Amino acid sequence: MDTTAQLDPTTEQPLAAAPRLTLAGISKSFPGVRALHDVSLSLYPGQVTALIGENGAGKSTLVKIMTGIYQPDTGTISIDGQAVTLPSAHAAFGHGITAIHQETVLFDDLTVAENIFLGHAPRSRVGTIDWRTMRKNAREVLNTMGAGHIDADARLKDLGIANKHLVAVARAMSIDAQIVIMDEPTAALSLKEIEELFLLVEFLKSEGKAILFISHKFDEIYRIADRYTVFRDGEMIGEGLIRDAGQSQIVRMMVGRAVDHIFPQRKAEIGAPVLAVSGLSHPTEFDDIGFELHRGEILGFYGLVGAGRSEVMQAISGITRTSSGTITLEGKAIMPKSAADSIDAGIVYVPEERGKQGVVIGLPIFQNISLPSLKRTSKSGVLQLAEEFALARSYTERLDLRAASLSQDVGTLSGGNQQKIVIAKWLATAPKVIILDEPTKGIDIGSKAAVHGFMAELVAQGLSVIMVSSELPEILGMSDRVVVMREGRIASIYDNKKLDAETLVKTAAGIAA
Amino acid sequence: MTDTPAPRHIPDRLDTPLNSAIFSWEALLVAVAVAIFAVNSFASPYFLDAWSLSDLTFNFTEKALIALAMALLIISGEIDLSVAAIIALASTMMGMAVQAGAGTPVLVAIGILVGLGCGAFNGLLVTRLGLPSIVVTIGTMSLFRGIAFIVLGDQAYKGYPSSFAFFGQGYVWWVVSFELTLFLVAAVIYWFLLHRTSFGRRVFAIGNNPVAAQFSGVRVGRIKFILFCLTGLMAGIASVLITSRLGSTRPSIAQGYELEVITMVVLGGVSILGGAGSILGVVLAAFIMGLVTFGLGLLNVPGIVMSIFIGLLLIIVIALPIVWRRVRRERFT
Amino acid sequence: MKAFLKYREVWLLAAIVVLIGLISMRFPGFANPANLRQVFNDTSILMILALGQMVVILTRSIDLSMASNLCFTGMVVAMLNAAHPAIPIPLLIVVALLVGLVLGAINGLLVWRLNIPSIVVTLGTLTIYRGATFVISGGAWVNADQMSPDFIGLQRAAFLGIPVLSWIAILVIALFFLLMTRTALGRSIYAIGVNPTASIYAGIDVGRTKFIVFCISGMAAGLCGYLWISRYVIASVEVANGYELNIIAACVIGGISIAGGIGSVGGAVLGALFLGIISNALPVINISPFWQMAISGSAIILAVVLNARGERRQGRIILKKAEAA
Repeated sequence: MDTTAQLDPTTEQPLAAAPRLTLAGISKSFPGVRALHDVSLSLYPGQVTALIGENGAGKSTLVKIMTGIYQPDTGTISIDGQAVTLPSAHAAFGHGITAIHQETVLFDDLTVAENIFLGHAPRSRVGTIDWRTMRKNAREVLNTMGAGHIDADARLKDLGIANKHLVAVARAMSIDAQIVIMDEPTAALSLKEIEELFLLVEFLKSEGKAILFISHKFDEIYRIADRYTVFRDGEMIGEGLIRDAGQSQIVRMMVGRAVDHIFPQRKAEIGAPVLAVSGLSHPTEFDDIGFELHRGEILGFYGLVGAGRSEVMQAISGITRTSSGTITLEGKAIMPKSAADSIDAGIVYVPEERGKQGVVIGLPIFQNISLPSLKRTSKSGVLQLAEEFALARSYTERLDLRAASLSQDVGTLSGGNQQKIVIAKWLATAPKVIILDEPTKGIDIGSKAAVHGFMAELVAQGLSVIMVSSELPEILGMSDRVVVMREGRIASIYDNKKLDAETLVKTAAGIAA
Repeated sequence: MTDTPAPRHIPDRLDTPLNSAIFSWEALLVAVAVAIFAVNSFASPYFLDAWSLSDLTFNFTEKALIALAMALLIISGEIDLSVAAIIALASTMMGMAVQAGAGTPVLVAIGILVGLGCGAFNGLLVTRLGLPSIVVTIGTMSLFRGIAFIVLGDQAYKGYPSSFAFFGQGYVWWVVSFELTLFLVAAVIYWFLLHRTSFGRRVFAIGNNPVAAQFSGVRVGRIKFILFCLTGLMAGIASVLITSRLGSTRPSIAQGYELEVITMVVLGGVSILGGAGSILGVVLAAFIMGLVTFGLGLLNVPGIVMSIFIGLLLIIVIALPIVWRRVRRERFT
Repeated sequence: MKAFLKYREVWLLAAIVVLIGLISMRFPGFANPANLRQVFNDTSILMILALGQMVVILTRSIDLSMASNLCFTGMVVAMLNAAHPAIPIPLLIVVALLVGLVLGAINGLLVWRLNIPSIVVTLGTLTIYRGATFVISGGAWVNADQMSPDFIGLQRAAFLGIPVLSWIAILVIALFFLLMTRTALGRSIYAIGVNPTASIYAGIDVGRTKFIVFCISGMAAGLCGYLWISRYVIASVEVANGYELNIIAACVIGGISIAGGIGSVGGAVLGALFLGIISNALPVINISPFWQMAISGSAIILAVVLNARGERRQGRIILKKAEAA
């Protein structure tokens, strides 16, 4: 591994021993919640430190403290040995700390150059923005990164996600940021784009930047990180060199208990076809989609991000319209015009974006669960609270939800528990077919296992499941058959019995097997 | 707190209803209302009289009727700034009907139907074309009142039949006016609709997260359309009451009401960002605004100065809980 | 974004040219330069107000109190002028700017410090500022004969054949143009409208920027307070009553998105001009002025419908052939 280059061969300790950024004794509480308790973290120049922890471990709170969004209750922050305070995002920016988030942190309607220099644009002598210098500097920064193909005058919305990342990194370079935080940067990227991102991380390392890398994916962490720090329940559990730590050791630190196997063993009893889709097309998103789903089956949908899987599922569940094609449920042709129609017919779609499309933050747990089933829990339009609570109770207990009460706002729950609510609310409609879109994206290992176990239980009861997933282990571990999509079309349908990861990846990427 | 292992059985509720009632927005409004009532009783000897209290209600019932529907609309994340213009247009149409010799039942029907039609027009523009309601209703506000101006110019319609006067001037029993009775009945209906039906639940869901609501099988467009129709309908009813009370129609009738209605709704604890609010709060806010204007009126304070109090009340009542939370947090940390 | 916006402004400009053409068919004198200069002069105040409103709307906020601010500030300078005619007019203009600034700053502070939605804050101050006008004036009017000749005359004086009022509007337009295209503040205002969360991470102080835009709209309203009173030579509590919605209408017609982040100085100016042309044209083509309200209402609705078509987002466009088409 190339990390060895930075290690002293005799002691195996990093040569640049002085940390660039040190957080010591940081605590932060919110009303009723202790987010961080006495945690410490050091970032070293030219090294990548992976921050590892389950959802709710306090990672995002720490990032917000480092970027000046939150103020710690206690503790010190020092940069190059000097104690500093970060009272605002602007102050953190001034100290050379910058964060690269998922796709949301840049400005779609502004140009590449504007995005790079927002907040520190070059000025002319009279103090106005010097557009010419700004474009020139933007091009220079992009060139040094080997990203000269990006047009500084292009609007950001016209770029792909990977190029947006390049712009974000260019921004970090332009402020001469010494500390770069990458918060789940690969979450929305395809494999190829992830490779490109890793090249960028190597570039930042070679520039001597101190990098904090947050990710749920172990293969990425082992690939890119030099050091690790593990958080659990707002406390720091351990830290060290990544090469000294085994994967299972880190997982144990994360969850505090041993996780033996992630995927439930099950014996599939596949029945008659329940759902048949044929010739389903959309003017711009997908074309000629056809497949069958059987009773008691888990049908995996694999593909690169942006292959059109979610679009197909949203069409089947009535959220978007198709231009042609047929959907047959238990022998009857249906053409849902809204989610309400498809729920009535017995097809439910559990969306990928939990916060935006799944839960209604602001409403209590029991009202979230009953929302798609209001017809059943009300009598001629009049609410029956007792029935709503009964419905919510039965499904939250089946999914092993952790909450203080059913009247709690779902916004106060962790990501994993919110995902349980999302699954519970659609399941409560007693569907025939349930479509799960990235059901374990961004949730902790414990919740993941609960979701997988529950899926196995569902099909055992005779339900049919479509599972859209970009995680290979999940696809291979859970599916009976796998549909691979590429660029809006079905590339191939495999039986999982003799399927390996390599075939899937090659099919999804369009490489001849 | 959220991830601590809990027993498998999750209780339905933690707060006792009494506990949550004491610290609610409505409780704050009751306190404000009682305070203003007490101050008024001390300040003017005429205040505590059945008839003057009855007069008081005329100050707000018409606006409050609209506020009931507007509350639902704002909870769903939309707004209607055209309600006062709907009043003007409906009143103008009633005036035209009077000129054509229409009787009281026809007049009432016209007022209500014009209101409903205007609301449906707003609803179609917002839900069918996906336009922002604040801008659409600024447009229709000019359009509706503009039509009233085209018809009437600087003229006025008079000559409403005497039986028509009952709606805005009549009493149902002793000092209880028809307007007040209608408002109380409507308040109960809207309370039931918002807090006790699946329709109301869907309104809250839409206001908090329209996308998730749509994915959950809520017909978002249809519900919003119904809410715009209801708001227009209530404006039509208010138009009948006002026209009946004044006995005449000018194109400038009910000018500026839209902002007073919205003030009432926001004062009542409805979040202007949507997703939260209660009918009880709106009813209390209506009484508070009536008490302030009437109390100050007894003290011969001009109307324009009263509006300062309403404006201050709005900002203070919204700001108070925010400042209070901040002070409390600083003390504990 | 530039090409797109230019397209929209060109489009609006074309609509205005067509409008002028149509009016000229009924009344040939309308399109002659002297008359168009007059229309511009008549629209100056609305243009300044629309520009002030524009910066607020760009940050996803709204200022409903501008007309009340104008009314209050106008009363202050009118009363000052009536009581002390010796105070030079430029000083009165500074006073107007400062009073407007203070009223705007009150809005801004409530939005910034207490995080109250701007529509609620300015709904409150809308009634408070107008009420305060009554309090300071005792309900009395300030009439033309109480104002000094300079107070009334300044904006009517011509410079290079164009009235001072128009020059002030041109200067304000130029200043706003510089602000929005050449300063970091202008960039921050757009950034907040496009993506508030990302703005925080980019080191922009969202709250403080919102405070500043309310100060700007307050100053614009304050300046117009003087301009309005000296133009219509009467100061009363009723001045510009309900005008806040005309200001927003000018912005909407000018293509400024109420959802923030989209809009330009040219758009606001053209939007105001569109309304100005209609109100100037109706009398000369023998349409009752009572039609104006309905026409501008229809124009607003039409503008929103057309703007929404441009803003509508498209899907991912996954299929290759669709991309090529």
